[in-house]
Formats: sequence, C-alpha cells, structure tokens
Amino acid sequence: MQRDLIESALKGHEADYVEVRLEESRSTSVRYRGKELEEISQPVSSGGNVRALVRGGWGFVSFNEPGHLREKVGLAVAHARHVGRGATSFAATEPAVDVLNETAAKDCSAIALAEKKRLAEEYNEIVLSTPRVETSVVAYRDRRRRVVFASSEGSYIEQSNSDLALRVAAMARDGGDVQQSGLSTGSRGDFGQVEGLHQQVRETALRAVELLSAPRVSSGEHWVVLDPILAGVFVHEAFGHLSEADFTYENERMRQIMVVGRRFGGDHLNIVDGAAVPGLRGSYRYDDEGVPAARTYLVKEGVLVGRLHSRETAAKMAEPVTGNARAVDYHHPPIVRMTNTFIEAGQASFDGMVGEIKEGVYVKNWYGGTTSMEMFTFSAAEAYAIRNGRVAELLRPVVLSGNIFTTLENVDAIGDDLQMNQGGGCGKSGQAPLPVSNGSPHIRIRRCLIGGA
Amino acid sequence: MSDPLKSRIEQVLLMAGKRAQEAEVFVGSVDDTPVVFEANRLKQLQTNRGMLVALRIVRDGKLGFATATSLDDIGSLVDRAVDISHFGAPARFELPSGQEYPRVSVYDREAETFDVDAMVELGQSLIARVREHTPDLLCDASVGRGAALVHVMNSRGGEASFTRSYFGLALEGTLIRGTDILFVGDSESSCHPIRDVDWLVKSTVNQLELSRRQAALTTGHMPVIFTPHGVVSALIAPLAAAFNGRVVLQGVSPLMNRTGEQVFSPELSLRDDATVAYRPRSRPCDDEGMPSRVIPLVEHGVVSGFIYDLQTAALAGTRSTGSGDRAGASLPSPSVSNLVVQTGKTGFEDMVRGLDEGLVVEQLMGATQTNVLGGDFSGNVLLGYKVEKGEMVGRVKDTVVSGNVYQALSAAIAVGREARWVGAVHTPAILCPDLAVGVKG
Repeated sequence: MQRDLIESALKGHEADYVEVRLEESRSTSVRYRGKELEEISQPVSSGGNVRALVRGGWGFVSFNEPGHLREKVGLAVAHARHVGRGATSFAATEPAVDVLNETAAKDCSAIALAEKKRLAEEYNEIVLSTPRVETSVVAYRDRRRRVVFASSEGSYIEQSNSDLALRVAAMARDGGDVQQSGLSTGSRGDFGQVEGLHQQVRETALRAVELLSAPRVSSGEHWVVLDPILAGVFVHEAFGHLSEADFTYENERMRQIMVVGRRFGGDHLNIVDGAAVPGLRGSYRYDDEGVPAARTYLVKEGVLVGRLHSRETAAKMAEPVTGNARAVDYHHPPIVRMTNTFIEAGQASFDGMVGEIKEGVYVKNWYGGTTSMEMFTFSAAEAYAIRNGRVAELLRPVVLSGNIFTTLENVDAIGDDLQMNQGGGCGKSGQAPLPVSNGSPHIRIRRCLIGGA
Repeated sequence: MSDPLKSRIEQVLLMAGKRAQEAEVFVGSVDDTPVVFEANRLKQLQTNRGMLVALRIVRDGKLGFATATSLDDIGSLVDRAVDISHFGAPARFELPSGQEYPRVSVYDREAETFDVDAMVELGQSLIARVREHTPDLLCDASVGRGAALVHVMNSRGGEASFTRSYFGLALEGTLIRGTDILFVGDSESSCHPIRDVDWLVKSTVNQLELSRRQAALTTGHMPVIFTPHGVVSALIAPLAAAFNGRVVLQGVSPLMNRTGEQVFSPELSLRDDATVAYRPRSRPCDDEGMPSRVIPLVEHGVVSGFIYDLQTAALAGTRSTGSGDRAGASLPSPSVSNLVVQTGKTGFEDMVRGLDEGLVVEQLMGATQTNVLGGDFSGNVLLGYKVEKGEMVGRVKDTVVSGNVYQALSAAIAVGREARWVGAVHTPAILCPDLAVGVKG
C-alpha cells in the first residue's frame, strides 16, 4: 500500500495518537521427524493493525485485508473512545522517516529451498546414524519480513529484515525410559551461522544416549556453576522480565520494590539490554512505536539503574524511552519486551569457579525458563556433578529455581567469557516466540534450589 | 457454508485438480473482541479478524502444501503447493470422502454477539467483587467473545464446516506486601456467554484466604495433592505427549507397545473427547474433515488408545482418530482436544484431612520445561499450601516439586470426586502419595 494512502487514512481523527502497521512476510519451514520429512513449506502472510489512543484508553483493530484502511482507523479510534476515561500519558519522541532494508551476510531469503532442506537432512542423518539414538527432530525455520509503520505524528518507517532459527533434538530410549538432548540456535537471517554445526549435532546426539545411564541429583540447595547459555536464560528470567516497566508502571508497591538505586547483587554484577547492540536476533533500528533502539543498563555494579519502556510506561514513570515496545506480529499490539539481554563479563575463570567447589553441580544448556517476578525457574538440559573442584559425571536434566531478592545476591562469581545465545524465543501475554538473544559469561550461584529426586 | 466462500474453495480445488491427483483446502477464520482491564481499570478494546487458507495436494505421490492469509491470489497458492511437492514427503494417506459427523453443539449466537458494554460491566464487577475482599489487590482481567469458522473440502468429495462461538473471562490479581508477591486468579470459558462472575470470584477469594499466612516445609519426600490447576500445570503435558501417535510412531513414547497393560493406578481413567457440548475445543470434525469421537486413553490404569491424524495413522498402519489439528500455518498433526480425567471417589476435603504433613499444589511454575517426553515434571510452587495435621495452614514459597508421571501415577493415588474445567482439561484433584519436595533455607 502506498505511503500517501496510509498517511491520508491517519488524518483527521479525534484521537490523541493513532498508528498503522502493515506487514508482509514469507517464511520457510523444514522439519524432519525421524526419517520422515514431516513438513516443508513456504507460508506467506500479510496483514496489519491500527492502534489508537484516546484519554488513556487504547483501541486496537487487526486484519488481513488492508483495504478500507480509513474505516479501520475509525473503528480503532471508536474503540479507544469507548474505553478512554482518564488522561493520556505518552512520551514525546521525534517523528522518524526512514527506510531500512537489512540483509545478512548470507541472508536466508537468498538461499534456495533445496539448500535449506539439504542442511536439515545432513544434521538429521548425523543424529539418526548415532548408535542407540531412537529418533530425531530437526526443525529449520526462517522468515523475511517487511513492516511499514506510520503514525499520526508523522513517522513513516519501513523496515525489512530476516530471522532464522534451528533446533536439533535427539531422543534415546531404554524400555520405558526416554531421554532427549537438544541444540537450539538462530541468527538475524544469516544462514552461514547455522551451517557447519555438524560436530555440535554429533555431540548432542551422543548425549541423549549417555543420559539413559545418568543418575538424578537430589532435590534441595546446591552450589552451581551455569554455562553462558543457561546463565543467559537465567538473566532473562531473573531480572529481564522484572525490568519490563509494564509490570511496574501502574503498581505503586512494585515501583517501591523496583526503585532505582536498590541493590540486587554484588559490585561485579552488570546487566544490559539493548536492540542497538547490532547483529543479534533481538536487534533493530526502531521499535514498533517508531522509537529508536537504545542500549540500557538495568543493573550497574549490583544496583538497579534503569528499566525497559514503551512510550506509555516511560511517560507514566517519568523516565526516558528505551525503544522496547515490540509486537510479535500484526495480530498483537506492541508491549514492553526485552531485546538482547546479557550479564557483562567479569574476571573469574571457569577453572577457578569450579576449583573452589567441593560438591556442586555444573548446569549447561536450556529447556526453558519462566518467571512470576519474585520467583522464577530456569531449566538445564545438561547437568554434571562437581566433585573436589572438578567436573565429574553427567546427571539427568534439572529445573533450577530462584527468588529475585536472594538469588542475584548469591551470584558469587562472574566469568570472563561472555557469549550470546541466539536460540529459542520469548513469550509474554500470548505473544510468542519473539526473537530475542541473551547471554552471559559462566556464573556461579551459592545455595541454588534444584528440583531433583 | 456461505456460497461465495464455498465457490471460491471449489475454484481452488478445480485449479489444483488440473495439476495434482488430489487436493484439499482448509479455511479457518476468526473474529474476536477482547475487553482488557489493567491495574483495576478498563484499558483496551480490540477487534481481531484473521484468516488462514491452506492447500494440500498429492502430486505424483508426493505432498505439496501452501498457505496464505487470503483467498485473493489462488493462482499463486496452487503454484506454491506444486513447487513444494517436488520436495515433499510421500503421501501415505487417502483424503476422506463424504463422512457422517456427530452432532456437537459449539455455537451460541448470544456469545458471538454479546454486547460490549455488558462485557465491560462484567469485568468491572469481577474486579470490584474480588477487591471487596482484598482492597489492596491489583487486578488485570479480560472478557472476550468471538467466533471461529472452519471449512474443509477435498477432491474426493469430503466436505465439512462448522462455526464455533467463544466466551471467556479471566482474572489475575497481584498482592504485594513488602517484598512478598502473591499471584491469584482463575479463568473460565465456554461457547455460551458467561453472565455471572460468582464462580470466578469465589475461586479467587478462596486462594486469597488460603494464602493469608505463610508456612514452610522441609526438604524431603511427602504426599502432594494437585488441585485441578495443579494437575494441568504439572501432569498433563507428559501424558499428552505419550498418547500422541506421532511420538509412538517415532518410538519414543514410554507407552508404546503397552496397550492393554496396567501402567497406571486403577484409579486413573483418561479420555480425549472433542464431542463435549459447548466447550471451546470441541468440534464435529478435525482440521482434516475426519469425524470427532471419544478416544479412551486409559481405562482403570490400563493403556487403551492413542491419537492419530491421517498421515501419522497411515504410517503407523492404523486409522485416524479425528485428531488432526493445524497449529498456525503448519500441516495437520495429532493433538488432543478436551482431555477428561474420570472423577474418583475421594472428596478434596477428605484428601487434605487424611494427611499428617504434605503439600497442596495449585500452580507448579516451569514444570513442563524438562524431559516431558520421558514423563518428568519439575517446577516451583507458584501457588501452593502446606498441609499439617489434616489442614491447609498457609502458603509455601521457594519450594520445588519434581517427579515422573509413570512413577507418580502408578502408585496408590487418590482421585478426587469433584472435577472442573481448566482450559481444555476436565479434571479432579489427584493425590500422589510420595513426591520429592525441595525447600530453600
């Protein structure tokens, strides 16, 4: 749809603010399940939405057909008028006009379907040819998307970019005992980043078999070392979500808890989120309200110094906008989300961290994580016993649990080996999977609660 | 089926029929209107309309597939399905010709057309009544209504369509005291309008009452009662995976080759039932046009069935159970509809009264983010209560519960007498006599 049509549809409505977002995408999905090519497809999708703000109330209309756009804007404004009963607070930003066409070094949109299928097939064959592996799942997915954003304030931004994710899982069975191991990775559309993983895939498959004979760890508190992947999930769950201001901005008590200046960890703890960190799955130039991306310190030297905002939450809390309003697709309005979230590198060495532990657990890789603000879980896909300062035998996967007011304080060492993890995606309020990345160096936590046998 | 839509679908089938031996068109559309409350106040009103068109063809024995979000460009839809068929897997199944469908009531016009202002009033009264009990509670809530249309037609004369209405109410309350954060809330859904908030208010107030005090357990093994919410948060995902025909076909269901075997406690019976009237997951047929039916999965602890779609059933040498489900723009795959756990003999109060020390789990957070395929569950007790000498004495925190469903449900479990819906699961409470509980401190 042409720019002048969109801009004219936005004009002349009695609203404090209106925006239109139109989206077109083309995806590729290749999935092997065991020997079967379960799915190969290239879905196309197009649609859009209108969001309007009147006296603090929001109207939202989503659709597939962008025709009669002015009527759709009218409906969104009517919805907003229907619910708006207070005063609008919405942070001012400079309207932006920009066209960004981002292509990765080896952009997935330029790779033939046959090549994507071949790569998935190669990884699948490695898994299936591993002795004692019962079956596999290899799922490759990418999406090239063009989003047009226009607002009643005069912003007009076109952004085109790609996102890509690969998941490899191996399963082994011994009678009724089934074990699995996985590898999850991705990139901002760069196919090159998921090539050449053959050795990692082989190790993943071998681990599924090894897990069949691994023992379970006992439930209770343990001294644990987290690898950079799981520590990335940890920071996302433990602090990232709590930093999203939509949990805080209308909750007076939460504002007192999450007050700037409050100490959450030691001086060695620094936590950052930012879409302006380039080249990662959570990177972009403008968020879904047209606000330029930033790089925001959440925790500096152990103390809360900032949080993530949309234009509404920033205005209500009188804090600067950070460009963190994101929508997973056109069916949903933007909400406050993380982008690339990480713990900055410290000075400890991995050997030093493990060396000081007489009895503990080394946890690696991830199944998932979830949070209820105060308490959170993060689950490891691999666990190893630590005994007398050395990493010892493989254990069954474990779910770890934390409490925001104690667990970050109990982080007693932060490594010097920061790595970003590009696998998976984030879910919030029914919007998933949103491309994000997270990362950390190895970290160590005292008295971490583990659910085990 | 409306005539313009039907004739459009027929055009796709005709066009695809010239280039493929078999073709199937699926059209799903939704129209929903949620009213959203944030921090006790009305915040947002939405109208969401969406459509998915999926074309599946069999060309020279191979599967082709394409999807779009409109029926405008059917030429491109057919072209893309043909392109994909060069890479596609062999089609092992036959599309269904005309079928007899059971009568499953899933539409109530009053739900689809419920007045928006009346929805706003429902949400306001829900929040006001819960806050009458606890004025400091900060509530998010939603009241939603809508309708979904499904049409499936294929080149063998198979044709099915139905419209389903939807109505939902949900409440989440947050109570903060110092650095202690309590989450309470519940939700209710139906194909009928829900005009009365009493039940939801009562459920939430009950959680607030039980959480007034805190109590602590010590690390060890103990009896754990899962409430219906607790059952859904911890035990359902491993079972849903194990009864999935695709997982069986892959050789990684712990239940494969065990049909007719006593795997679980005789107290446990479980079925998948897409025919329950007026439930939002019910339907007369699945997304491939196969008739819905009741599928017994566990009868008195004995494994009695699995769920299949067309392709999985053909690969496994069996018949579809009418369980082909399309998630987004994907091909159909087997998926449960309404899981129903048969009620047992023990009242919830009696279960609690019978424990000297134990735990009631209402919500186990993160429990399914582990080796679900092997039957494991492990999570943090987001909401749960300590039982001491037959009484619930207070809320526990910083507590983890873990186990494996094949051990936990084969033991001497007790199954509750009173069941309720939690989303698409109808279940009573279940008491597991011996689970690992870990506690901080």
